[in-house]
Amino acid sequence: MTAATHSGAEGFLHRFEGLRARLPGQRLPWVQALRAEAAERFRAAGFPTRRVEAWKYTDLRPVSEAGFEEPLTALDDGEGLPTARCNRRAVFVDGRFREDLSQLASSPFAIASLADALPQLESRLGELARPAEEPLVALNTMLFEDGLVVSVPAGIDGGVIELSSIASRSERPSAFHPRHLIRLEAGASLTIIESASGPANTRYLHNPVFEIVLERGARLTHARLQQEGGRGFQLGTIYARIEAGGVYDNFTLNAGGKLVRNEIHAVLAGPHAACHMNGAQLLRDGQHADTTTVLDHAAPDCASRQTYKTVLQGKSRGVFQGKIHVHQVAQRTDGYQMNQALLLSPEAEIDSKPQLEIYADDVKCSHGATVGALDADQLFYLRARGIPEALARAMLVEAFLAEAIEGVGDPTARAALEEAVTGWWQEKAA
Amino acid sequence: MLRIEGLTAEVEGKPILKGIDLEVPTGEVHAIMGPNGSGKSTLSYVLAGREGYEVTGGSATLNGVDLLALEPEERAAAGVFLAFQYPVELPGVGNANFLRTALNAIRRGKGEAELDAMQFLKLARARLKELQMSEDMLKRGVNVGFSGGEKKRNEVLQMALLRPSLAILDETDSGLDIDALKIVADGVNALRAPDFAALVITHYQRLLDYIVPDRVHVLMGGRIVQSGGPELAKQLEASGYASVQAAA
Repeated sequence: MTAATHSGAEGFLHRFEGLRARLPGQRLPWVQALRAEAAERFRAAGFPTRRVEAWKYTDLRPVSEAGFEEPLTALDDGEGLPTARCNRRAVFVDGRFREDLSQLASSPFAIASLADALPQLESRLGELARPAEEPLVALNTMLFEDGLVVSVPAGIDGGVIELSSIASRSERPSAFHPRHLIRLEAGASLTIIESASGPANTRYLHNPVFEIVLERGARLTHARLQQEGGRGFQLGTIYARIEAGGVYDNFTLNAGGKLVRNEIHAVLAGPHAACHMNGAQLLRDGQHADTTTVLDHAAPDCASRQTYKTVLQGKSRGVFQGKIHVHQVAQRTDGYQMNQALLLSPEAEIDSKPQLEIYADDVKCSHGATVGALDADQLFYLRARGIPEALARAMLVEAFLAEAIEGVGDPTARAALEEAVTGWWQEKAA
Repeated sequence: MLRIEGLTAEVEGKPILKGIDLEVPTGEVHAIMGPNGSGKSTLSYVLAGREGYEVTGGSATLNGVDLLALEPEERAAAGVFLAFQYPVELPGVGNANFLRTALNAIRRGKGEAELDAMQFLKLARARLKELQMSEDMLKRGVNVGFSGGEKKRNEVLQMALLRPSLAILDETDSGLDIDALKIVADGVNALRAPDFAALVITHYQRLLDYIVPDRVHVLMGGRIVQSGGPELAKQLEASGYASVQAAA
């Protein structure tokens, strides 16, 4: 075992040099070229600092100053893996697909590990991701080892699949960078319930990138439960392209992790497409969570809805940045964005930055932001009816979150989210 | 029996109640009337335990229990129910969930078994029917989008479910048309029993045509200045509070 652990961007570049001959696709020239170019981008950009506008409210130094090593190919038995919610699940341990822990036999369509499918993915990998713009995506591109590849054929209802990521218990801080590729052909539909978790006392970095393509009329529900371990970092980036009549329904619950970024870039690329990006951030003392969305209305008659709710306790910090860009061609755009924060502690902080750029003239676009504490009148009303204070507070917090969660159409996904919210609150009360 | 002795209270440092003495024996309904700013709502909030209403002296007991030492939820468990003048809207909290949570909290306090969803629904439906309320009321957010009359009826529904030993109705008649007023009054009258007492706080005599009180007290300047039978309410209606002030 080597003792030297480089930190920062240098550490990752050093690891890339050491690993490049062993990373998946090392014999595929296009993969080699992709990785080499990403490495150059990452070398030039480094970890974003707060001087970069997109990272103004999130300081990545806790990540960049930490040293990470490659995950051990551990004899991990999937300890800490949450109970399956449905009969098809892909399990990743430290970013690597684990067939032995997964259940995919009953799938009527193609589900594969990225490492296995790589030779067939030249046209898909990197189709949407922009390593030149997003340094963390460059980092992912340089070092990706595995991921989930799902393709649902035209007209097929793919049902529900679960994507579970866990970090293994380790003495050594590890970093993993999965790349997930999801494609729904015309008229297909699918629900993905994604969960990410890890042990409480292990430091790790989970840096996933999703590339999601929804062809004409396809519908994807993507429910994400981010419950990383208390010392874990998750810096995730999702790219989604929604073609005519397609619907992307994303709900992200940010409840775990020490420092978390949930960044989504969605493009409404064809008429009558819709995008729903909702989420809840539930933060305790010492946590930092950042949701950043960039939504491009690039076609006429599209609709977008965003509702993000953040509940903060102790000395925690929440960030919401939401940009809606309505292109000139995107007439009759119907856009809505709301973000609300509930501060349960005087030490908590929320930063909120909505941004609208509208270049079309026939557009309905609204946005709003609110920040507040629990309402004293509401609390008294509940207590005057005999409801104990702790329960009354819990009811009001759940009510605050309800509006965002009610929007999740798929019942399995909604139940999973409701359960996670209740669990968060009960853990707090305990 | 509600017994209030020498109760003084202030809001933001300003004395509002200046020595209230009042007894409401179990089984009776008493009305408190008075002009705006006399301290009627303050009295109801002080009894229910709202923050910001500071008791500076005196006592208030219900069946021997010192109310002023209890948290609001403990007062509710002890049998106090405040029907709010302005019922609060709770978006995102379903009315059925709210009512069942409250009922079960009170039942736990009394050492009774909690009701499951089915048992609760059966009970709630029966009470809704008595109050001529639609079952839709259960499905909506608490008081969200309710008309003024619906909100007050929802208060009475809560009261009918929770079966308090002391109901304090804080200007429940304000903003009600005559039909809603009758339904609310019927709801209160239905609860009249030897183990139930009510304090009906109102500015106008109108409500007392439907909830006939055993005693009427006039609250002015933070004190009870006159007490009498139901006829006192009619007298006030005819000659106004100024006459009482002159007499006091």
